[in-house]
Amino acid sequence: MRDLAVETSGLVKIFGKNRAVDGLDLAVPAGTVYGVLGPNGAGKTTAVKMLATLLRPDGGEARVFGHDVLREPDAVRSRVSLTGQYASVDEEMTGMENLVLLGRLLGHRRAAARDRAMRLLEAFGLTEAAGRQVKTYSGGMRRRLDIAASILNTPDLLFLDEPTTGLDPRSRNQVWDIVRIVVAHGTTVLLTTQYLDEADRLAGRIAVIDHGKVIAEGTPGELKSSVGSGSVHVRLRDAARRPEAERVLARELNTPVQLEADPVALTTRISGQDADAGAERASRALAALAASGIVVDDFSLGQPSLDEVFLALTGAPPGERGPARTDHPATGRNAQEEAA
Amino acid sequence: MSTTTESTNTPGSTTTTQNGTTTENGTSFAPASETLGAVLAPGTRPPRPSALSASLTFGWRAMLKIKHVPEQLFDVTAFPIMMTLMFTYLFGGALAGSPTEYLQFLLPGIMVTSVVMITMYTGVEVNKDIEKGVFDRFRTLPIWRPSTMVGYLLGDAFRYTMAATVILVVGLVLGFRPQGGVAGVLGAIALLVAFSFAFSWIWTMFGLLLRSEKSVMGVSMLVLFPLTFLSNVYVDPQTMPGWLQAFVGVNPISHLVSAARSLMAGSPDTGEITWVLVCGAVSIAVFGALTMRLYNRK
Repeated sequence: MRDLAVETSGLVKIFGKNRAVDGLDLAVPAGTVYGVLGPNGAGKTTAVKMLATLLRPDGGEARVFGHDVLREPDAVRSRVSLTGQYASVDEEMTGMENLVLLGRLLGHRRAAARDRAMRLLEAFGLTEAAGRQVKTYSGGMRRRLDIAASILNTPDLLFLDEPTTGLDPRSRNQVWDIVRIVVAHGTTVLLTTQYLDEADRLAGRIAVIDHGKVIAEGTPGELKSSVGSGSVHVRLRDAARRPEAERVLARELNTPVQLEADPVALTTRISGQDADAGAERASRALAALAASGIVVDDFSLGQPSLDEVFLALTGAPPGERGPARTDHPATGRNAQEEAA
Repeated sequence: MSTTTESTNTPGSTTTTQNGTTTENGTSFAPASETLGAVLAPGTRPPRPSALSASLTFGWRAMLKIKHVPEQLFDVTAFPIMMTLMFTYLFGGALAGSPTEYLQFLLPGIMVTSVVMITMYTGVEVNKDIEKGVFDRFRTLPIWRPSTMVGYLLGDAFRYTMAATVILVVGLVLGFRPQGGVAGVLGAIALLVAFSFAFSWIWTMFGLLLRSEKSVMGVSMLVLFPLTFLSNVYVDPQTMPGWLQAFVGVNPISHLVSAARSLMAGSPDTGEITWVLVCGAVSIAVFGALTMRLYNRK
């Protein structure tokens, strides 16, 4: 299989008693955006760090463009770039200096490194900030500089580890646009994220991981239909009618109905091949409620959230099975970062 | 090209994919396929830099840090001046009759002490850096692995040279008159800086090994105080008890001080100089190897 950018089988990383990555199997096709979706502590960052040769696997195999990460680390390094969860740029240096430094380290001569740095700063809208120390940059600017640094030599595979966590919506959209442009020019992108929405918008395929294992894999469409195309939230005018409403919804949608803490609220999930079919069935259910004379005050049909994906795939919300985990406890600095 | 910049926040420049509302200064940027595409060039890579080139580039990074945070030079200027003045006037009268007399004996030693003490900041700096993401980026580059660490030490070699120069100037002002002349003094400083470069690998190791800056500082003090004080820097070891003389005799700092004194006095002691160079080589071999092992495992 020559056209796989990443291939892992049974990949394992253990920190003390914690199996952070526990038998991970991934196959990332080249030339696409591949999403790795999971909650904090699922092992996403640890997996990416092993693929980028930053951590040594404790078991299993991982190959990047056919090169084993343990046996041929330099061959892997020459083809990948990593934009970590926490900006991989030097805060005390200016944007320009950061890029020139990397350019030099990647083998460019002084003049070529400066030229490349200036063109990248321009392409990323950072020309005005080129001479300022990075610590004065906004979160979005920092992230752009970080990505610019990652494509200084255009990599064949770009790891983006939670690229939009902590960014405002505008900066997040900018990052999304950048990812689309980068992948359109032939770079494979492996993106980790906690947001189904983000994986849905960018990725051609998604692996959902939890406790270091892949629990579901497929296109966004396949994934969502396996989960149900959305959740239906209903609020009744009269709490007394709720048991009746529960029966009607369960009959019409053929799914278990959950009674919320709010005495007038009910929630259920619709399974179906696509969102349109889901919406159609939801409106039929609504009509059935009306036909039974139950007054509905509020009704909404939502995309499944990551929590709902997890609920559907594992039978429990993320983090409720076993102790809370952090992605990379070995460095001893994660507790506050994970909490942040 | 439709790149928009920080200051030109005109309505025209916000025709972006993201709902075009008014923007906070500095974020009115729309990634454009043409401009961004033009800088993407898959498959074109220059050859990887040589070990020397990568190390020098990291050395340049260390110099840039000094440029941006010049306050950090305080410990290579004020600290050495304080050390020299303090010990010259504290012990001078009692030990040699006058501070000027004592200075002829003390200056090479106090120079060694100050510079060797400054080496501990290498570990602190390494420790501070690995907490940051930039270290991960360096470690994913296809470069000669030790170059990151060599770069720190090249920057530090500049700091050591500066500290030694400051002490020399203070000494000369106070009346230090080395018999070895310019060549002897430069030789002594070169030997000192070379030894400190080699010795600093112990700190890169601790910088990678220990969890916090504070613990790096703590361990540094624990190593440096006995090493610099239990030596021949301040007094002739002949009045010390036998067991202490034995320690002072094997302490590499004593040998470094003897070598520096001999060079500055114009009568280089080849035996001591060789001892120092061998000691430095062993330090690089042992602590350099341990540092790289930790660096690769981190």
